[in-house]
Amino acid sequence: MQDIVIQAEGLSKRYQRQRASSYRTLRDSLAETLRHPWHLFARRGPGREWFWALREVSFEVRAGEVLGVIGRNGAGKTTLLKILSRITRPTAGRVWVRGRVGSLLEIGTGFHPELTGRENIYLSGVLLGMKRREVAARFDRIVEFSGVGPFLETPLKHFSAGMQTRLAFAVAAHLEPEILLVDEVLAVGDLEFQQRCLGKMSEVAQGGRTVLFVSHHMNQIRHLCSRCLWLDNGQLRADGATQAVVAAYESSALNLTAPPAAPRGCEVVGWELADSRSPHTLDHAGPVIIRFSAWLTEPIARGTLRLQLTDALGRVIWHVDWRFTGLPAGPCIFSLKLAHLPLRPGPYGWRAAMFDGGRWSDTQSLTPPLVVALPPIAFALGEFHSVLDLPFELEACPVPAEAIPRDHSSCS
Amino acid sequence: MTQPRSTAVICIAPRRLWFGLDWSELWHYRELLLFLVWRDLKLRYKQTVMGVTWVILQPLLTTLVFTVFFGRLAHMPSGGVPYPLFYFAGLLPWLYFAGAVTAATNVIVQHQHTITKVYFPRLLLPLSSVISGLVDFGVSFLVLLGLAIYYRAHLGSVAVLPAALLLAVSCAFAVGLWLAALNALYRDVRYATPFVLQFWMFASPVAYPSWLVPARWRWLYELNPMAVVIDGFRQALTGSAGPPVAAWAGAGAIVAIILSGGLLYFQRMEDIVADVI
Repeated sequence: MQDIVIQAEGLSKRYQRQRASSYRTLRDSLAETLRHPWHLFARRGPGREWFWALREVSFEVRAGEVLGVIGRNGAGKTTLLKILSRITRPTAGRVWVRGRVGSLLEIGTGFHPELTGRENIYLSGVLLGMKRREVAARFDRIVEFSGVGPFLETPLKHFSAGMQTRLAFAVAAHLEPEILLVDEVLAVGDLEFQQRCLGKMSEVAQGGRTVLFVSHHMNQIRHLCSRCLWLDNGQLRADGATQAVVAAYESSALNLTAPPAAPRGCEVVGWELADSRSPHTLDHAGPVIIRFSAWLTEPIARGTLRLQLTDALGRVIWHVDWRFTGLPAGPCIFSLKLAHLPLRPGPYGWRAAMFDGGRWSDTQSLTPPLVVALPPIAFALGEFHSVLDLPFELEACPVPAEAIPRDHSSCS
Repeated sequence: MTQPRSTAVICIAPRRLWFGLDWSELWHYRELLLFLVWRDLKLRYKQTVMGVTWVILQPLLTTLVFTVFFGRLAHMPSGGVPYPLFYFAGLLPWLYFAGAVTAATNVIVQHQHTITKVYFPRLLLPLSSVISGLVDFGVSFLVLLGLAIYYRAHLGSVAVLPAALLLAVSCAFAVGLWLAALNALYRDVRYATPFVLQFWMFASPVAYPSWLVPARWRWLYELNPMAVVIDGFRQALTGSAGPPVAAWAGAGAIVAIILSGGLLYFQRMEDIVADVI
């Protein structure tokens, strides 16, 4: 098994729940020990609350894989990265790691404002695990990449924030680790910086090295990762192909209220995609047929079906009221045909209501949500740029000045 | 971590051995140790206007104060050794010790942002505090030599010096390990350190000769390794009577005990520090 670079077996990490104060004082600890001397030896005493940040997590990663790690906040993603980068030890289980581990969360580690740019490059490089001669060999490339050449002998405190970040990133990027860990939470800089991090990740992955990528941005995960781990409450809930794991995660993440127990009146009870491999995941472009199943408790002579498509936040992005006549009581399928459903990847929801000639039923959210799992056309990496994903072409064409009248009052 | 690429496999698991020091790992990180020391020195001399002068001035001014108050005014006996030489020879190892211990106490907290972001043997941090103090010591030692020549001191057995210095360094490292770990877990330790050091100074023959201590308490007094260190320095540089062999052995044993305990406690702290700091 030469090409397995990470092998985790039953990895568990237990933490003591954080107390109100951020750090203990010796005085408190001594007082505690004097009051309850036996607690000193007891591993778990009253008043000590433990929780498992990771529990029995096992997985393997092969060389060159780009592995996404998803899950809600507090699911154990960051703990996993901390164990892999050896910042903290697991409570139980073990993990074998082959090769140097680097992470973009180490950016700027060891930087000191009083030291010059040159000195900081060396210090940070050695702290991140490079040999002095390795830093020396990459020094020119690091300087060129960061663009701080003229300020090499200037103390870091005189650098602008942007220059500091660029320099820090340049050092981290030239570490050339076999395994790169990326925690999205720490790449919250400006958009340009995020793009650089992601670019670096792609570069590393294409170079045959391994990347573990933690993100809440499912489009980034879809775009970059072939395989995905889903951590839920410290446990490994799913491990498999990105499309499937992300779709399952998005369905669970969208918190839909359960449909009411007893149907009264007329009601839409469910929906599914026709001609699709998975009934609730849209994974093909082109015409779409959606079947809404309804239950009519009594015949409707003149009625209205209301359908609403919502985004993940519940905002209505498409709405239709469709009148129909003469439907008998009992089950009924409404088929909605669309030439395109040009939505960006992500979770969406259907809501429906019905007018039976006398009154409207409540508008209800249908379960499960619709997951769009198509590769996006525009903005491959951005998550929240837009809702629509229209096929497009753009072109530029210079024209004579008089072709476009300039209005100085509105464009100053 | 940076060894030959394809073969470097590490296993991350809960610590098994209670007392396992990974020497090969420490050796592997030797460059980082040098960089930490270098950074320490660079910062210390960069931030102060006076730079190296300060390193010499501190023991010199303290010597002046001691000479005037303890010597000229209180007529403290010095066994015929000129007061400045007597005090400087005692202050030099003491100031090294106090400085190194103070630096080590704060070193983990000072580097907490690094500790929570990147792995390296945490032992390097207190080690670097102890080593970077040696550079200051070296500079002041030249001044001490100058004083010895100026006062035409009767040099004693100079061979004692390396032993005394080694004992001082080990003692500073041993105590520094304890305080660094304690301060990482309990942040109020750093407020206690100056007091501990002050008491310790008066329990050591810095401001007075150790033969003032009554003979029947001498065994207790010599349990203090720094008393042996300072007497060793005075013996070498002023030709006064040095500590007996038994005192050397006792001090060595005590430092070994503190050091072993310190290593154990430090490793325990090392395992949980990233979670609690």
